[in-house]
Amino acid sequence: MLKLEKRQADSRLMSYVSPLIAIVLTLFGGALLFSVLGHDPLHALYTFFIAPLTNTYGWTELGIKVAPLLLCAMGLTLCYRAKIWNIGAEGQFIMGALGGSMAALQFLDAESRWVLVPILLAGTISGLLWAALAAWLKTRFNANEILTTIMLNYIALNALLYAVHGPLRDPAGFNFPESAMFADAALLPLFSDDYRLNISILFALFFTVVIWTVMARSWVGYQIQVLGEDAKAARYAGFNTNRLTWFALLVCGALAGLAGVAEVSGPIGQLIPQVSPGYGYAAIIVVFLGRMQPFGILLASMLLALTFMGGEMVQIEMSLPKSLTGLFQGMLLFFLLAADLLISYRIVFQPRTARA
Amino acid sequence: MDIDLITNILFATFKTGTPLILIALGEMVCEKSGVLNLGQEGMLLVGAVVGFIAASVTGNYFLATFCAIFAGMGMAFLFGYLSITLASNQVATGLALTIFGGGLSAFLGTNYIGIGLEGIQVWSVPLLSDIPVIGKVLFQHDPLVYLTLALFALVFWVFRSTRLGLKIRAVGENPEAANAIGINVQQIRFMAVLFGGAMTGLAGAYLSLVYTPMWSDGMSAGRGWIALSLVVFASWKAERILLGAYLFGFASILHLVLQGTRFEVPPNIMAMLPYVATIIVLVWLSSDAIKTKMSAPKSIGQPYRPLA
Repeated sequence: MLKLEKRQADSRLMSYVSPLIAIVLTLFGGALLFSVLGHDPLHALYTFFIAPLTNTYGWTELGIKVAPLLLCAMGLTLCYRAKIWNIGAEGQFIMGALGGSMAALQFLDAESRWVLVPILLAGTISGLLWAALAAWLKTRFNANEILTTIMLNYIALNALLYAVHGPLRDPAGFNFPESAMFADAALLPLFSDDYRLNISILFALFFTVVIWTVMARSWVGYQIQVLGEDAKAARYAGFNTNRLTWFALLVCGALAGLAGVAEVSGPIGQLIPQVSPGYGYAAIIVVFLGRMQPFGILLASMLLALTFMGGEMVQIEMSLPKSLTGLFQGMLLFFLLAADLLISYRIVFQPRTARA
Repeated sequence: MDIDLITNILFATFKTGTPLILIALGEMVCEKSGVLNLGQEGMLLVGAVVGFIAASVTGNYFLATFCAIFAGMGMAFLFGYLSITLASNQVATGLALTIFGGGLSAFLGTNYIGIGLEGIQVWSVPLLSDIPVIGKVLFQHDPLVYLTLALFALVFWVFRSTRLGLKIRAVGENPEAANAIGINVQQIRFMAVLFGGAMTGLAGAYLSLVYTPMWSDGMSAGRGWIALSLVVFASWKAERILLGAYLFGFASILHLVLQGTRFEVPPNIMAMLPYVATIIVLVWLSSDAIKTKMSAPKSIGQPYRPLA
């Protein structure tokens, strides 16, 4: 009989093996699902996970999706390491897109690339302010941040819908709920005219390094670590836990806001209602799957970016619904949680013994 | 404001409050047993889509409602297996359930977007429904509204005067002690989680078969999360859930109220109201944090594994 037995100490090895187990189980789950839907599972998995990356264009598209995921995930990592359960990256992302668009729409005739500076700043600050609300609610009123950030996500979404249906709607847009197209100068520079990949991926990589340095090498990073491991110890040590909460949330909001504005000022080029395909939520999975380590998060954000592309691919190639993306992401997180039990438990084989 | 408008507002408050009552009652039972299930939103969506598909395919609303309940229980089973049997982190597992439910429901419902259904019809209570104002507000509803009130009475009674209610509370307050006197903690918790899933599945059916008889992605619009705050707001008391749910229902139909005045507010701004109200409630609760802590089940959120 198989039985779970508590380990003496958590297994470090297992914490790295567990994401791999989760990925393998997700692939099996996916294969099963595809066969139930009447498709050749191997071909379908190939279409979902491999076909999008068989050419340079695919890799550049992956980069476009990695950038927002990575930015949101690094911000969330800072929060989660302090055990601040910020679910609000989605709302902060949307507010970044909204704030950035408001700025970009002021510069519709811009010729100079310098307009990008106020646009990116506006987006970043909008995200930061949205997170500031959550930080204020938590530190001043001790309101549960899971619930407040989720509510703020819904409010942000409605603010976005209000904006595209109202004040920011393109007057020449035939009443479509979309803003005007931004000026070319207000779009992030591309690496090459053949691809859509822009410099937002450099921002993402840069801030990954910055956040990592903060966490691993700085005094505030150490304090955050202690706060997450043992909030009581942090208070005994005299750390200002409120200030740490503010710091983690504001940084996360700023990064998510930057991701949001980089999306409207990047591949989309205008404000639309579907500005986020759920990057803020997918970034939560990225953080857990990437074990809150920078390299792990980079790999995990590539995998999650791939699930967004895979969904589009199976829709085009096999006319399967795009929503398979969410299903795969959900399965991944579920299997990860199950596999994570192996970190603190081991499976032992126990021969059935006769009851005394 | 004329009497018709007031009647309409009260009627709509009743309807809007109903799914919140169902979810919050289920979650309350769950939390009383010590399990915090943050997966309400996911279970709700899956319940809604499964109920809608079953109704579209069979045309039988009775059957469809049961399918939704079972779908909610199926999701709850996933949650229970991970968080109770395998003792995983309840917060993370609940979030996973919500993300998974969002994906699963969008996938299942792909071919059902944009289809309209007749929906479950109103079942007027004979005689009583003819009373002016009160008749329309209270007695001209669909069967699920009455069922919800019956389920409320059931939960209220169970916790007020049955051994089962006592057992659930014992498990939630002190699982070690409950285990010591021979209560099977895991079993009680699992049953509570399944009950929560059934209630939320039913709420899903209410959304997709009564409230707006159609399916669209993410149609639950955060009701699962609002209900979670409602449980705290009600300090884990069934009668206060009833009150709180109707207050929230009222907050979400304020646009009806404004119709009577000259105010014109864009619909997307009005749609923010329930979420803003939730935040205000959370802030207000924190002004009395100690009381909240005292009324919360002691072992909430902590996995329990009996020493074998």
